[in-house]
Amino acid sequence: MANERIEPILSDSARPAASAIPASVAVAIPRPRRPTRWGQLLEREHILAGVLLAPTLTILALFIAYPFLLGIWLAVSDKVVGRPGNFIGLENFRVNLTDTIFLRAFQNTFVYTFIATILKLTLGMLAALLLNHHFRFKRIVRASMLLPWIVPTVLSTLAWQWMFDATFSVFNWVLMNAGLISKRILWLGDGTLAMGCLIAVNVWRGTPFFAITLLAGLQTVNPDLHEAAEIDGANAWQRFWRVTLPLIKPIMLVVVLFSMIATFADFQLIYVLTRGGPYSSTHVFGTYAYEIAMRAAKLGQGASISLFLFPFLLVVIVFQLWYIRRND
Amino acid sequence: MATHVSAGTTNRRGFLKLAGAATGAVAAGGIPAIVAAQKAPSFPKGTKLNILEWVSFVPASDVEFKRLTAEFGKLAGVDVTVDLINMNDLNPRIASAIETKSGPDIIMMINNWPHLYADGLVDVDDIVEEIAKRDGAFYDINRKINIVDGRWKGVPFSNGNGVWNYREDWFKEVGANKFPDTWDELRKVGTALKKKNLPIGQAFGHSLGDPNSWAYAVTWSFGATEVDDKGKVVINSKETIEAIKFTVAFWKDCLDDGGLAWDDSSNNRAFLAGTISATINGASIYFVAKRQFPEIAKAMNHAHMPRGSAGRFYYVGGQEHTIMKYSKNQQVAKEFLRWFMDRPQYDKYMAANDGYVVGPTPYWEKHSLWEKDPKLVTFKEASKYGRWTGYPGPPNRKASEALVKYILVDMYAQAIKGMKPEDAAKWAEGELKKAYA
Repeated sequence: MANERIEPILSDSARPAASAIPASVAVAIPRPRRPTRWGQLLEREHILAGVLLAPTLTILALFIAYPFLLGIWLAVSDKVVGRPGNFIGLENFRVNLTDTIFLRAFQNTFVYTFIATILKLTLGMLAALLLNHHFRFKRIVRASMLLPWIVPTVLSTLAWQWMFDATFSVFNWVLMNAGLISKRILWLGDGTLAMGCLIAVNVWRGTPFFAITLLAGLQTVNPDLHEAAEIDGANAWQRFWRVTLPLIKPIMLVVVLFSMIATFADFQLIYVLTRGGPYSSTHVFGTYAYEIAMRAAKLGQGASISLFLFPFLLVVIVFQLWYIRRND
Repeated sequence: MATHVSAGTTNRRGFLKLAGAATGAVAAGGIPAIVAAQKAPSFPKGTKLNILEWVSFVPASDVEFKRLTAEFGKLAGVDVTVDLINMNDLNPRIASAIETKSGPDIIMMINNWPHLYADGLVDVDDIVEEIAKRDGAFYDINRKINIVDGRWKGVPFSNGNGVWNYREDWFKEVGANKFPDTWDELRKVGTALKKKNLPIGQAFGHSLGDPNSWAYAVTWSFGATEVDDKGKVVINSKETIEAIKFTVAFWKDCLDDGGLAWDDSSNNRAFLAGTISATINGASIYFVAKRQFPEIAKAMNHAHMPRGSAGRFYYVGGQEHTIMKYSKNQQVAKEFLRWFMDRPQYDKYMAANDGYVVGPTPYWEKHSLWEKDPKLVTFKEASKYGRWTGYPGPPNRKASEALVKYILVDMYAQAIKGMKPEDAAKWAEGELKKAYA
């Protein structure tokens, strides 16, 4: 290490007495290190990028890519628990298409997802618009809005199970005491009604996610634009339709797409409430795949039921990525 | 009498003495010699044994099981751990254990699972034969669900039978001094009860126990079966159509109309709330009633499944212990099961269950607990009428697929919702043919 002598730069007035301080001081200046071979490598941008991405890529490969590829392999095999599977091509998919319970689950999955998502978007937007106004206890209300989304699904669904109970339903009790019904409603005893109940609980659980995310979007809308539109004579609906909606559309689409993917793959809520009953009228891909793969130990067949989701989800994801890139 | 027997209180010194003899016997004569010695050998220091069990519906049962495993651990010098998980979580745990070849050494299974997981299980013929030699032959149901391709894959553990729970007082009010012995008689009594707003309760939703208890037992008692003994689908028969017609009529005349929305716990709540007069269930309703609703416990009793034209049948889901092929502790696992199923230990286990479970051989019908409370006697007798998933064929993977698809339950449920009985039988035939393809 070499020392270098430097002259202090001080004005005459500020200069202390010569006896108090030496005229010059020795300061250690680090000399640039000669980069190591490793360091040289890291200076290349594409290598550095690779190193930085490696942990993420490893995690993705281990926990996303491997299970996914394994799932594909299982779906085209006759694998059962404890036995090596043999490749059977698309036989499992062919069997699925002849299975009436599977076809019902297929239909249910789409009905469940689309109706629930539309309702969640509508209610979430309304809630967001209301929460975007100033009122007392605004923060508490906003925070409590999130509760259904935060509470573990199994726990909240068990509470719903009690509310829909054939004998002790609180809804029936209220409706009967209000004189609106004379005979109890069997909420989970009829296929169509049970599906309606499942959608209702999904909407209850998912609306806060929409509301809070859309609220965040609403808060980015410049109030000046609303004022300008108002001066131009736009009414409240026109201001929402022509000003607010176009501005929050990107965030809205992302929320809808995320929600659709999650709703498509829903399992807990349905499994706790109906297990696919009555008479297999409320099975979705997730619940039916679980029964076949886990309870009948037919891993290959179960995987093929789950994988039926994949082409649809792929379209959703491609659209989502394309839309986000386009806006960038 | 079974409360008793042999060396019930062996201390460690005595155990080791016997164990030493047994271990020596192993060297000299292998497993048969251990059997002859009647006690487990001691194992190298640090030997471990991990057991996976369900969380019992009777908390005292879990306490006693853990106590017994600790006792074995102390006697054999083995570090025994017991993991208790929810019944519904057992399937995924077993699948992952077998696929990854790691996990518990012993796993408790339910129903015909040894057939589903046979490739991952150790043969346990030696233990089972020893038990059968001592206690007598196992019930048919326990034999069928544990024997796969001629080999025992599970050690029969217990049966949790579901019988009729009924209100004696209300049955007497409509003129039934005892529980009806045939389905037709039960329908007559049930009709009178429903007119008094005291319907019978039966689940037809999707849950593991109660809906199947009706669907399988009624089908069999009318002389119908899903398949014949070769596995050929024979459900679309006049006997099945009779069983469906009876169920639909029974639904209208006798049953609580909430049943389509019920799961396994709904009837417990309804019975204890006094909204139904009878239901098929294990002893759990009675146990809760004894603790919390003594007047209901006093007014209720248990009775056998009524007879149909083909006789009396129960759908019994037995339990068993299996040893995993991947286990490095197979010998100690075997010795534990041998020791646990021996009379002094199993006697205590059964006593802790207070009648909720029945032993896997008729020997345990002589246990003193059955004399303590005559209202529980029906439970001990039910196993001999028990049949298995896929009866009279084997309870194999195909039978399981039919079970998890709730084909029989849904056949009845759809008829209840208005499908013609002939169409419901035809629908079930189509679904069963796919499951048995």
